[in-house]
Amino acid sequence: MSDVSYQAVMGRKNQIMKAAVGLDYAQFEREGIAFDYESMMASSNLNIGDVMDVMASFNVGNTPLAELKNITALARRYAKSGFGARIMVKDEACNPSGSFKARRAALSVHIAKKLGYKGVITATSGNYGAAVASCCAKAGLKCIVVQECFDSGGKGQPEIIEKARKCEALGAEVIQLSVGPELFYVFLRLLEQTGYFNASLYTPFAIQGVESLGYEIALQCRAQFGKDPDMVVATNAGGGNLTGTARGLLQAGCKAPVVAASVDLKGLHMASDTQFNRKSFTTGHTGFGMPFTTWPDRSDVPRSAARPLRYMQRYVTVTQGEVFYTTEMLAVLEGMERGPAGNTSLTAAFSLAQELPEDAILVVQETEYTGAGKHQNAQLAFARENGIEIKIGDPRVQTPGQTIVLPKDPKQIKAVEVDINRLRRSFINNAFVKDVRLPDEATLAYLAAEINLPVEGTRALIENMLEESK
Amino acid sequence: MSKKGDWVLLQNIILKPDQRAPQVPEDTKQVPLIQWVKGWLTQDAQMGQEASATTRTGRVIKGTLVEEAPAYHHSFGQFIPELLQVQESIKAAMWGEEEQA
Repeated sequence: MSDVSYQAVMGRKNQIMKAAVGLDYAQFEREGIAFDYESMMASSNLNIGDVMDVMASFNVGNTPLAELKNITALARRYAKSGFGARIMVKDEACNPSGSFKARRAALSVHIAKKLGYKGVITATSGNYGAAVASCCAKAGLKCIVVQECFDSGGKGQPEIIEKARKCEALGAEVIQLSVGPELFYVFLRLLEQTGYFNASLYTPFAIQGVESLGYEIALQCRAQFGKDPDMVVATNAGGGNLTGTARGLLQAGCKAPVVAASVDLKGLHMASDTQFNRKSFTTGHTGFGMPFTTWPDRSDVPRSAARPLRYMQRYVTVTQGEVFYTTEMLAVLEGMERGPAGNTSLTAAFSLAQELPEDAILVVQETEYTGAGKHQNAQLAFARENGIEIKIGDPRVQTPGQTIVLPKDPKQIKAVEVDINRLRRSFINNAFVKDVRLPDEATLAYLAAEINLPVEGTRALIENMLEESK
Repeated sequence: MSKKGDWVLLQNIILKPDQRAPQVPEDTKQVPLIQWVKGWLTQDAQMGQEASATTRTGRVIKGTLVEEAPAYHHSFGQFIPELLQVQESIKAAMWGEEEQA
């Protein structure tokens, strides 16, 4: 029997992953720091038509694109004359497991079944667990979901407890852990023990599944409005939602700018036992969004297929209070009760729409299910029990983990711009493991694609960084 | 006494505080990494004692028996008056004060 100590299992990480995703990542590595992203993305040998067929086989996708006429009318009151784009929402809560993650799971489970795995494991505290459980139920595969759920005192985040319930309701085994990145160690041991497929959120299959979302948005806009969307807003955490959506839009020949949106949780440490239950969002926040944008390869696979900096035109943040407020807006103005975390992009859209002309189409690309634990009332009640101050006032005057401020008035909702050049510099720093150098032409071209700048702009950025570090 | 075949929750210490990964923050290093898994008891067991259970995927696990017939207790939480106030203010902003009953 092999050594199951922390160090020994972590040391076998690459070999365990190779067996568990059926993909040898070494084939995509190139000279130095570069790798061939597009070859990796093509490794499933499925085109967008095949992907749509897989979605249909799981009853996933083809969700409605709903026009939010009242929210649009309200946003226009705060815009200058002639401005205020038409806001549409892709109602992804209509998927079998209640979120867009169904798309990510469907293709992964399809591949697992095709490759002959008996079961699937996924490490997630999010909607993805239920999505994998749902698809495994349909495919007749066993399913284990590993969650970070409780602090060391056994106090659980209500939203994550609800997600555990949903996974179990769909037939899965759920393993719950206290706070800490060593969840990955438990996950590796399980993969080794069971020989199951790793339905990682970050494989090319997972991201290719999300391409169906962007593809549908382009086709639906053309059918419903006779034109492409003028802007698409995507909630950003691990980066897969944005990456897949943007790639799907491009597959449909749609060049709409994609804007990333995250809940601002600045100052809260994601691996802290004492801060774990002080955040009211378990995903869609900057605690994942920033590190995964500036270095995607911190995920559970050697090379992440979610690389949002390649595709985002802008990155904005909103506050917890603004998202809860907008969730209520969706309920009382549009009659749609949906989960708060999925409304991060809608919150940003309310503000961004005011920058665009009235005939523009702005698409919010997701909603998620809601219910006990996974509802703004449950989250705020939990926050209050944990000593967090909740009030109505100026949503800008807040400290994540200490206060949640619900806006007094819709005009206070403002998406705050993140300096994308700062993210690009951070990516380059991480790519070079802090030892930044002016690279050869091939590496420069690779980095230019990673940070979504022309080669010359990338060269200038690196030269500038080197100059500053002197 | 829980009987063989009962549906239970087992708890395990996966890593003691001194075995935690080097990158975890100081507060997390003070506490163990704990795991909770549900399964059917493989033999009769006492609450708080070591036990063994078979999970839904057929794995046999060991751990301390901490709960029999584990249930879900999460809810919508206590009443949050601010949310009601927010709803009314949104409707007023959209439709006007006088139309509110």
